[in-house]
Formats: sequence, structure tokens, C-alpha cells
Amino acid sequence: MCTYLTVKAEIDGSAKGPGGSWMHVSDATVYFDHPVHAMAEHTLNIDFTDPSRDPAARVAVELTAESARRLVAAIQEALAAVPEEMLT
Amino acid sequence: MSDSLCATTVRITGDGGDEIEAYLARPQEDGRRGGVVVIHHLPGYDRATKEMVRRFAELGYDAICPNLYSREAPGAAPDDAAAVARANGGIPDARLVGDVAGAAAYLRALPTSNGRAGVIGHCSGGRQSVLAACELDLDAAVDCYGAFVTGTPPDEFPLKMTNLVDKLPGLRAPLLGLFGEADRFPSPSEVAELDQILSDHGKEFEFHSYEGAGHAFFAVDRPSYNVAAANDGWERIAAFFAKHLGA
Repeated sequence: MCTYLTVKAEIDGSAKGPGGSWMHVSDATVYFDHPVHAMAEHTLNIDFTDPSRDPAARVAVELTAESARRLVAAIQEALAAVPEEMLT
Repeated sequence: MSDSLCATTVRITGDGGDEIEAYLARPQEDGRRGGVVVIHHLPGYDRATKEMVRRFAELGYDAICPNLYSREAPGAAPDDAAAVARANGGIPDARLVGDVAGAAAYLRALPTSNGRAGVIGHCSGGRQSVLAACELDLDAAVDCYGAFVTGTPPDEFPLKMTNLVDKLPGLRAPLLGLFGEADRFPSPSEVAELDQILSDHGKEFEFHSYEGAGHAFFAVDRPSYNVAAANDGWERIAAFFAKHLGA
């Protein structure tokens, strides 16, 4: 199916994009839907973008549901290990 | 019939008079024939969809696929354009109808046109195909596993979309529906609901649901591809368009 389910988040950081160039990213679009490349019927997809730039200025990942959960856990674990004063 | 064809990118007038990109494929031989508007799926105006456009030309139709993301991301790669469209909340129904109207008018204005035009879409395009056939004067419509023709999208869906139940009494064209029994969107019960609504309103339609097939069984570049269902589905589409578009 097309889930149509899309969640957006404002972010602030950088990503290495097309042509190996770094770029600022301000938006993350997260959705569970058909992948373009991954060999699964559905994947958890994330687009890191800067909407003020060209549509090709995008870093995209397509992860199986289980690997997306492992990524979330890894991010949470990494952030939890950081002293609070470093996070502000 | 010759299988020689010509395919190219053209500019057409879409909704609101906007000039949009479209992919056009036509048989090379002369003679009057019907036209087919192909509505691309949510992942975009991609290679697999253009292959379908060429297949309709090979079947003897003038076929066209408007790039529904022409405005958001002109010239972008299909996946990047789809990402922009998705981030913007999807394609408004009214704009889709206007773009399909423009594509159908383009086909009917071709010197080879017999005046008839049909529409087909897969996945999100399946729903949009039914929508177009409710709003426009078309001669045939094909819905390949379009979700939310019936049924109710969850409230939290940020993409603005509603089902078409209120519009179905206005369906103006014969409808062919091709579905997978293992699909959940649309589920067999939603397909049955659509069947019931169309029957209640005396609409001309023909549905086929394939055992063992899930969603997107026509998609040759995805794991969901189901050879038996897709092969039979193409036969059904060819027969349906031959009957109603008179290639």
C-alpha cells in the first residue's frame, strides 16, 4: 500500500549530500512506505533536506522497520551516554 | 498492427492553465485510436511508469503521463520530486483532476484521436483514476489497487486525503478494478464495499481480485511483483480498453 503516512520534524544540522558536498539540513521527513531502492515492500524512509534548495539537495535513507528501531535505540543510547551539560 | 512507436517529453496545459511536463508515447502508424492517461504513483514520474506509457502505445493507444510534480520540482529526479511533493502534503485532489483533464484534452486534440480517452492509475494513482472518472468526461477508468476509494484514512495522516464515497454516485465511466486479495489497503472488505456502492448505483464495473497477490503486484521493479496477477491484469486492461476506447 501507499501508507500516505508522513511525519515531519524541524532539525538543525548538516548532511553529506549529492556529489559528496556537505549541506545544511533543516527538515526531516519520515514516512513508512514503498522504498525506491531497498528490497522490501515497505521501509521506514527519512529524507534530510533543506527546502530552500534544489530538490536534489537531499539525503535519503530507506530502512527496514526492525533496523529503523535499532537505529532509534542506538541514537537514544548514544544521547543517554552524554553528560547533560554537553547537550545544551 | 505495428509495434513501432514514438515516445517523447511534451508540455501540456494542466490545472489552472499551468504548463506542465508530460511523457507521451504514440504508435507510429496512422489511423484513429483512443487515448490513455496514465497517472503515476506517489513515488513519482518514474521509469517504471514511463514503461507502462510505452506499453499502451504498443497496444495501439496514444498514451500520456502528466508529471504531477512539475510545479514543485521541475526537472528534478523522480525520487527527489516525490520527496518534495510528500513533504508538501501531497497533491490536492482538485489539481489532480485539472491535470488529468488537460492530459485527456491533449490526447483528444491529436489528429489520430477517435475522441475517446481513458485513465489508469496504480496505488495512489488508482484512487486518483476513480476520482478523475467521477469528475471528468472520460470513456473508461482503471483502478489498480487504489487505497481509500472507500474506507477511512486515519486522522493522523498529514497528507490531505479523503475517501471517494460521496463522489461515487457521480462516476461517469465504466470502471475496471484490479486488486490483490492479500492487500490490506485496499482490503478485500473495502473492495467489497466499493463493489456494493457501485452496484447500488447501477454503475458499469468489473472487478478482479487475485489470490496470493498483495499490493503493487504490477510493479516489476519491486518485491511485490506477482507474475501471474500482473500478466492476467494486463490482459484484462487490454480487453477493457479495447472495448471502451476502440483502439
